[in-house]
Amino acid sequence: MKGRIAEVFKKINKKRTLLFMCVPAIVFFFIFSYLPMPGAWLAFVRFNYRDGIFGSEFVGLENFRFLALSGQLWTLTRNTVLYNLAFIVTGNILQITVAILFNEMVGKKLNIYKKFSQSVMFLPYFISAVVIGVFAYNLLNVQTGFINSLLKQLDANTINFYSIPELWPIIIVLAYLWQSTGYGSIVYFAAIMGIDAEMMEASEIDGANAFQRIRYILLPCLKPTFIILLLFALGGIMKGNFGLFYNLTGANNMALFEKTDIIETFVFRSLNVNFNFSMGSAVGLFQSLFGFVLVMTVNTIVKKIEPEYSLF
Amino acid sequence: MQDSLQTDVISKIDMRKSTGGQKVVDKTQRFIQIVGVAFTGLLSILCILPFVLIISASFSSERSIVLQGFSIIPKELSLDAYNLIFNNPEQILGSYALTISMTVIGTLVGLFIISMTGYALQRPDFPLRNIISFYIYFTTLFSGGLIPFYMMVTQTLKLKDNYLAVLLPLLMSPWLIILMKNFLKSIPHSITESATIDGAGDFYIFIKIILPTAKPALATVGLFLALTYWNEWYNAMLFLSSNVKYRPLQLFLYNTINEARYIRDSAAASNIPAVDIPMESMKMATAVVATGPIIFVYPFVQKYFIQGITVGAVKG
Repeated sequence: MKGRIAEVFKKINKKRTLLFMCVPAIVFFFIFSYLPMPGAWLAFVRFNYRDGIFGSEFVGLENFRFLALSGQLWTLTRNTVLYNLAFIVTGNILQITVAILFNEMVGKKLNIYKKFSQSVMFLPYFISAVVIGVFAYNLLNVQTGFINSLLKQLDANTINFYSIPELWPIIIVLAYLWQSTGYGSIVYFAAIMGIDAEMMEASEIDGANAFQRIRYILLPCLKPTFIILLLFALGGIMKGNFGLFYNLTGANNMALFEKTDIIETFVFRSLNVNFNFSMGSAVGLFQSLFGFVLVMTVNTIVKKIEPEYSLF
Repeated sequence: MQDSLQTDVISKIDMRKSTGGQKVVDKTQRFIQIVGVAFTGLLSILCILPFVLIISASFSSERSIVLQGFSIIPKELSLDAYNLIFNNPEQILGSYALTISMTVIGTLVGLFIISMTGYALQRPDFPLRNIISFYIYFTTLFSGGLIPFYMMVTQTLKLKDNYLAVLLPLLMSPWLIILMKNFLKSIPHSITESATIDGAGDFYIFIKIILPTAKPALATVGLFLALTYWNEWYNAMLFLSSNVKYRPLQLFLYNTINEARYIRDSAAASNIPAVDIPMESMKMATAVVATGPIIFVYPFVQKYFIQGITVGAVKG
């Protein structure tokens, strides 16, 4: 046994330069990811500044109990999960559709169009969440917004978007699609390009038309890509896009919370607005644990279906 | 196995491009093409519309915006907003300088560490590669959460109101390290082996042989990093209070949009009476100024991002 350990050390020692090359990254993740982990203890105390995280009064699961009984935990989880489900379903349908349509565009002129259109649709991916907030403000605000000024011209009633929570699931999903369709369709387009060209040609020789080709060759060939992306998206279903939700709704817009508050925005507010560190940490820990279990489950499933694609 | 599969996909894309798909187009395909052009054309217009709207608004007079709202084409041309921004340019130029320096420094330092780590972790003869890979990957599975992270940075590291609090946390991400690792895997290990036989050390091999051959990978990962730094506002919002003289560009924009006093302050500095402040067009002009550089470099850098997405999409 001792001899084996010594042997392992000898092996590592021989490659110590490679280990040194990893040291900056190891230190980085230690400081910014591992060192804060014990801080999750905040979720189990009634935090006050004077006593610090580990000196504050221990209250066990009291914070979780409060969050559960007040219904907040349920609302936040429901919003986060439902938005993600809506993103996954609408996003994938649109991305696959766009990828297939692009794939059918052959010929000189159409190729030029395709390149241009792909570039335009990919552009929103490069825009910061703050600028997306500006776009939303330009389109939606009640006094000068583009949509409302169109409505005025039509002598219709204006809509005060920022005070009607019911409209926001649609607006947020549209904004998500706006930003991610170009990006996502690139993934599917690459998958289509990976399909064996011979199979396509064979189907054409057999007299299949374009619809049949899409239905019986393209879609089945995209299935593995779709399933893998779907499973990993499901693994991340507890994580929300803070920047999008926060900027789109106009930063801490209380009028909309019922439909737009997700775990990330709640945690941010408990840090920056209500200073309730313990509640925020409790929600954060709940999200982290739940998310961890989900990824593990998903990974086990992926391993069974297609071991090559599993994460670890 | 998977990586060879991915490179295979990329080479196939290139092959298809070169043959140009000279197939006979039948009736059904023609139909799909027409529907496709209409549909993707509509989506493209929707993607570009918000850009057109803010550019138009930034060149509109405040009067026309207040009376008639935002429009696709300016109802009454005016350069008031830009005049006001550049009359008193200290804040915005300071923000620009800050964002550019952070982008350059963060990208260079981050890229160096990411590629060094990525290279070591893909070496099949490195006994610790799996342990360290998991150590890095685990941080995406479980985290202490925002509040412990915040307290760590402000209380343990004491970086409140320090630009390092914005710069450091973005230096690398597990996703970028995995992406780099996958890229570098496609460089044959035999190159490293033969250099080792010639007596070269691992770090020397990395600097002199791997880095020069991995330029496309460096460009892709570097551009992802640069984009993150350019669009960064979250850490800045968390860690920089109003005691800091200059804010990164996106936070400057965020403040301009959400807090009217920022516009009033800058108008007061230019001796413009409060009633004449072009509030709405100022917001839009600031957004244009903060986004402009991205739109300009976009056509040249697009392909690197596409490469990154196709290589890194499934894993990570």
